[in-house]
Amino acid sequence: MPMLGMPTLGELRTKALAEWQALEQNDRTQVLIGAATCGQAAGALDTIKTFEDLQAKHGLDLMLTKVGCIGVCYLEPVVAIRKPGQPMILYGNVDKRAVNLLTQNWLMGENPCADLAIGVFGDRAMPGIAPISSNRMLGTERLILRNCGIIDPTRFEHYLARGGYIGFERALSLSPQQVIDEVKKAGLRGRGGAGFPTGTKWQICRDQPGKEKYLICNADEGDPGAFMNRSLIEGDPHVLLEGLLIGGYALGAKEGYVYIRAEYPLAVQRLRDGIKQLHELGLLGKNILGSDYSFDIHIREGAGAFVCGEESALMGSIEGKRGMPRSRPPFPATSGLWGKPTVINNVETLSTVPTVMRIGAEEYAKVGADRSKGTKTFALAGKVKNTGLVEVPLGTTLRQIVFDIGGGILDDKQIKAVQTGGPSGGCIPADRLDIPVDYESLTAAGTIMGSGGMIVMDEGTCMVDVAHYFLSFTQNESCGKCPPCRIGTKRMLEILERIKAGQGEVQDVERLEALAKTVKSGSLCGLGHTAANPVLTTLRYFRDEYMAHIVEHRCPAAVCPALITYQVTDDCNGCTLCARMCPNNAIAGEKKQKHTIDTKACIRCGACYDACNYNAIVVH
Amino acid sequence: METNIEHILTQYPKNDRGFLIPILQGVQTFYGYISPEAVDGIAAFTGVSAGEIFGVASFYAQFRFTRPGKHTVKVCLGTACHVRGSGRILELMERQLKIKDGGTTSDGQFSLERVACFGCCALAPVLVVDKDVHGRMSSTKAQKLLKKYEG
Repeated sequence: MPMLGMPTLGELRTKALAEWQALEQNDRTQVLIGAATCGQAAGALDTIKTFEDLQAKHGLDLMLTKVGCIGVCYLEPVVAIRKPGQPMILYGNVDKRAVNLLTQNWLMGENPCADLAIGVFGDRAMPGIAPISSNRMLGTERLILRNCGIIDPTRFEHYLARGGYIGFERALSLSPQQVIDEVKKAGLRGRGGAGFPTGTKWQICRDQPGKEKYLICNADEGDPGAFMNRSLIEGDPHVLLEGLLIGGYALGAKEGYVYIRAEYPLAVQRLRDGIKQLHELGLLGKNILGSDYSFDIHIREGAGAFVCGEESALMGSIEGKRGMPRSRPPFPATSGLWGKPTVINNVETLSTVPTVMRIGAEEYAKVGADRSKGTKTFALAGKVKNTGLVEVPLGTTLRQIVFDIGGGILDDKQIKAVQTGGPSGGCIPADRLDIPVDYESLTAAGTIMGSGGMIVMDEGTCMVDVAHYFLSFTQNESCGKCPPCRIGTKRMLEILERIKAGQGEVQDVERLEALAKTVKSGSLCGLGHTAANPVLTTLRYFRDEYMAHIVEHRCPAAVCPALITYQVTDDCNGCTLCARMCPNNAIAGEKKQKHTIDTKACIRCGACYDACNYNAIVVH
Repeated sequence: METNIEHILTQYPKNDRGFLIPILQGVQTFYGYISPEAVDGIAAFTGVSAGEIFGVASFYAQFRFTRPGKHTVKVCLGTACHVRGSGRILELMERQLKIKDGGTTSDGQFSLERVACFGCCALAPVLVVDKDVHGRMSSTKAQKLLKKYEG
């Protein structure tokens, strides 16, 4: 039973709604600053400091609030401002200079600085400022990210006011079996990679005998190039906690774990704060909200091993062992953590469950594709104009994501490929961009949905180098337990190194393919099963690039150091910067005279190329 | 005194292997690394042998067994950073600091590490010095940044 005098969830919600509405009709100016890790990397802390300084200097009455990332990382630092009686306006690239301009003209004046604005929230457009939905990245329907960048992630009340914990209340009013049936009916599939139906997984675990069961959230977002989970937890931690509460109820589990990367300190903090709030309110612990349901959530920080994203390795890590996978079956749903039935779900899967319970399975299943229901977030990065976090209905095509939402390729270069699924996924070539993003279509193309990393590559990306990059990653992260993965990836990597160095043989391509098939079929866990995917897809779609390296000793994208030369063009004005940057004194030239590179002394580190402010160094 | 880990151990239940990794993390957060003496202390407390603790700790990239520098420079080598040239930034840092990744400068000022991904891919390439995340890096910016932390 809740402690005597403790308010019910209904009472809390009424209060929270009043607080939220008061914010909207406030007589103080509200300033929301996107201060997730990505925002901070772009300088959000300086932005906050500048607002604070100006507030003190001019005696302004501002409510400064740190919020999560709204998704438009390419425009960060991002700030939303709501003046009393005015709609909220979202601004991008708000550095010190922009803060000064906004303070002078909008906070202290009547000019909303339309040139800095991304858009205005709600339906009311303002002169020169379009509605926020006209930004393609922000204009998609949001079921998962709906609170990110809008609510204060440290305030339980904000989440509650935005429909939070309605799904959990509904779940409690149903039987656990009814909750599982609802999740099944919604067609929700695992968002972590393989796409196993979530309801079915829950059912298998629920049907196991015994009272001790565990629910684990896999927040070990180890794929390089993926940041969906970090962003979501930093911006809206309670949606995950609510998902865990519902999942625990459905499974009959008393304990849940969140296994989260130590590289995400802010996300860890958000979860710890959220769990504390839930304990204080009687939403975690014994007899939650007066029901028979008792549940607690523990945090375990990952210690930097990619293989721990594999579920059996992850459980080993929680048990205090080396994170090495074990052979399956038995699957975790029958024998998992400490040998008890365990369900392991991805962050996004669990964070979708509250929405399913709140709006109902039928409503949820209306979104998305035939066998891939709902929406999915993707971390869009690489050589694309608009980088950031997007949420799209499953079934959207890659072309729509890269060109409509992502705005196309940086510097208007030619797109070469899109990489999905991180080191376990593959590269999809430009001529196949019209495939829809759903589990089956991506698998048919040789890649996987993965957790949602999406890296765009242009003509300046070497596909042999990309294959080498991913394989050196998986090789480094291979736990060493099974020989196909331990030795096979090593041999494959050696062949790729040879090809990159211009010393490859024509037969190397077949050797790679044969090894790849062995590693794929013979490895113990998912890391090995998928490690060859980047090599196999690049061989399948970009074989000519491999051949250019092997036969012509040429790197068409001018990336592989052994196969390129740097040259100074006539655009050189003799500023001497490159000569000073060169670590090997390979650049000579007088001041204000064109410089030259001694190709024998050049170690092809690219320092001159990066340093030149006049694009006067070219690479062949 | 890297041997005094009592105040960390007392936060956890005794003889419970499930807390081995959180304890190791606690010790490293406090002292910056895991000393042989600390391993002995953890062994006595958890009932796991020192050899096995080394086995577990050395499996994970997070744990280090030597004292780190005053500042730790971490270069992100995630996919987005890679395609935007972070490998060259790592090489530059190695040349500037005259150490390889995983090393510490002889004056104890800087340690250099490579990290698989910080999850700030949209702002690639990314460099993290101590707890400060710096996005949209370039060779020149990285050099300037290093100067700020020197001395």
